Amino acid sequence: MTDPILEVSNLSIRYPGASSEAVRGVSFTLGRERLGVVGESGSGKSTVGRALLKLLPGARITADRLRFEDLDLLALSEAEMLKVRGRRMSMILQDPKFSLNPIQRVGSQVAETCLRHFPVSRAEAKAKTLEMLAAVNIRDPERVHDLYPHEISGGMGQRVMIAMMLLADPDLVIADEPTSALDVTVRLQVLNILDGLVRDRGIGLIMISHDLNLVRNFCDRVLIMYAGRVVETLKAGEFDKAQHPYTRGLLAAQPRIGGPRKPLAVLDRRPEWTEELPA
Amino acid sequence: MTASLEIRDLSITFGEGPDAVKVLPSVSFSVAPGECFGLVGESGSGKSTVLRCVSLLTTIWSGEVKIDGRDLRELPLKQRCRLIQMVFQDPYGSLHPRQSVRTTLAEPLRIHGLDDHEGRMKRAMIEVGLPVGFLDRFPHQLSGGQRQRVAIARALILEPALLLLDEPTSALDVSVQAEILNLLARLREERGLTYVMVTHDLAVVDHMCDRFAVMLRGEITEILPREAIPGNQATHPYARELIGASLDYEGRA
Ligand SMILES: Nc1ncnc2c1ncn2[C@@H]1O[C@H](COP(=O)(O)OP(=O)(O)O)[C@@H](O)[C@H]1O
Ligand SMILES: Nc1ncnc2c1ncn2[C@@H]1O[C@H](COP(=O)(O)OP(=O)(O)O)[C@@H](O)[C@H]1O
Ligand SMILES: [Mg+2]
Ligand SMILES: [Mg+2]
Repeated sequence: MTDPILEVSNLSIRYPGASSEAVRGVSFTLGRERLGVVGESGSGKSTVGRALLKLLPGARITADRLRFEDLDLLALSEAEMLKVRGRRMSMILQDPKFSLNPIQRVGSQVAETCLRHFPVSRAEAKAKTLEMLAAVNIRDPERVHDLYPHEISGGMGQRVMIAMMLLADPDLVIADEPTSALDVTVRLQVLNILDGLVRDRGIGLIMISHDLNLVRNFCDRVLIMYAGRVVETLKAGEFDKAQHPYTRGLLAAQPRIGGPRKPLAVLDRRPEWTEELPA
Repeated sequence: MTASLEIRDLSITFGEGPDAVKVLPSVSFSVAPGECFGLVGESGSGKSTVLRCVSLLTTIWSGEVKIDGRDLRELPLKQRCRLIQMVFQDPYGSLHPRQSVRTTLAEPLRIHGLDDHEGRMKRAMIEVGLPVGFLDRFPHQLSGGQRQRVAIARALILEPALLLLDEPTSALDVSVQAEILNLLARLREERGLTYVMVTHDLAVVDHMCDRFAVMLRGEITEILPREAIPGNQATHPYARELIGASLDYEGRA
């Protein structure tokens, strides 16, 4: 792999007052690729994503290595993180309704990101905004520019979020369930936009999702998390070769179009899945 | 117990005057006794509204709904509740946070003046695969899947013939979804229950349903057998798009 964007080694995270760690000993490297993180709710996926942006106030984050390009994230102060977040590293969340300011037109919110990160005039920021809205396949950028968040659909909102994030030209994008709230037809459009951007701009993408279909079809590699640990890493095309009984259990539990109508396999959770892997 | 469902020209408008929105212009479909009928379509297309009309959670609709040939509106309330029950998506929101499982299950038994509360509650718990001891738990002491089992137990305790299921597994992890779908399939087989099931997942439709309707902006575009999904045999453009996207999404294109 040529110059990794991100190197994570032995990352553990404990929330304040929690009796155990929410994330334990997670290690992975990210290049200019799409890395999926999949697992059930509570397995620690979002916690890993937020730790990379150091958005976990009060939590104890330890790691042997937490390196983003030339930066040692563990050593950065909050003031230094402010220059990294949203600029070199961005996050897309599930519901754009919570990320957009409800009383400001979407266009000016996108332009503000531009003004915050770059020395440009208002007119230049607006031009850049329209260009970005067009880049995420919004057909009528001038019109959408002037709408308020409640006037746009979920899929449109997610495109606006992607446009906003792209303006800063980040090297790493963390998408946390970016399409879970969208209809399947819209979901594909948003995924294809993300996909194209990652390929064209050489961005590293971490795609957090509970959805096996999504990660196996839209990522290059996938980490499978269970109870705060990565139990297995698979190439997306090789899910059939999954070894870990948890991964195999998840795959078998999923109903499939054209599948048999027998009762679905249910997970038989083993206590040893939560224990350390042999070194 | 089993029942047929017949819906003809169901229509509903919310609001009045210039703000009036016709959410369902005219919906018609029939479900055979013991059938599992799916309702799919984009969010906001009116799927939940159809179920809310049939369960009379909403009463301002017009049209005709018949259960086993009998007019829904003419059935006395108690009889209706013993024929139709509903299960909602959100197992967190649909159970009262300060009511124990026992209270949740006892209430319909009391309202309907049924005997042997303790026996019925125990049988309902066993039926949905929960320990009888969980009767004394509160919702916050249960996982999402366990709460959905309680919601199903509550729906079953009056021994209805028709279950209206509104995205019953959408909020659950895939492994928990598998348990709930297996439970619903078994109950339907054992009791001959009729299901109308709203879902956004065509793989769930293919696994559970016999036929399904594809809704778009309050209207049924097409009613298809489950067998039409794998080869996308829909003819309406939106139904084709939806099935096509679902096949793509599963990586089968
Ligand atoms: N702010 C928080 N404070 C305390 N515990 C938390 C917090 N956020 C998440 N957790 C716990 O950390 C674990 C992992 O959560 P999360 O990363 O959100 O999982 P996922 O994204 O895989 O659903 C869970 O047990 C969750 O309850
Ligand atoms: N009580 C109500 N008042 C006004 N509009 C409503 C009401 N209930 C539902 N709607 C509208 O009806 C449409 C269909 O909603 P719904 O049946 O919930 O769709 P679905 O379940 O297919 O997502 C939506 O546009 C929704 O905003
Ligand atoms: Mg999460
Ligand atoms: Mg609904």
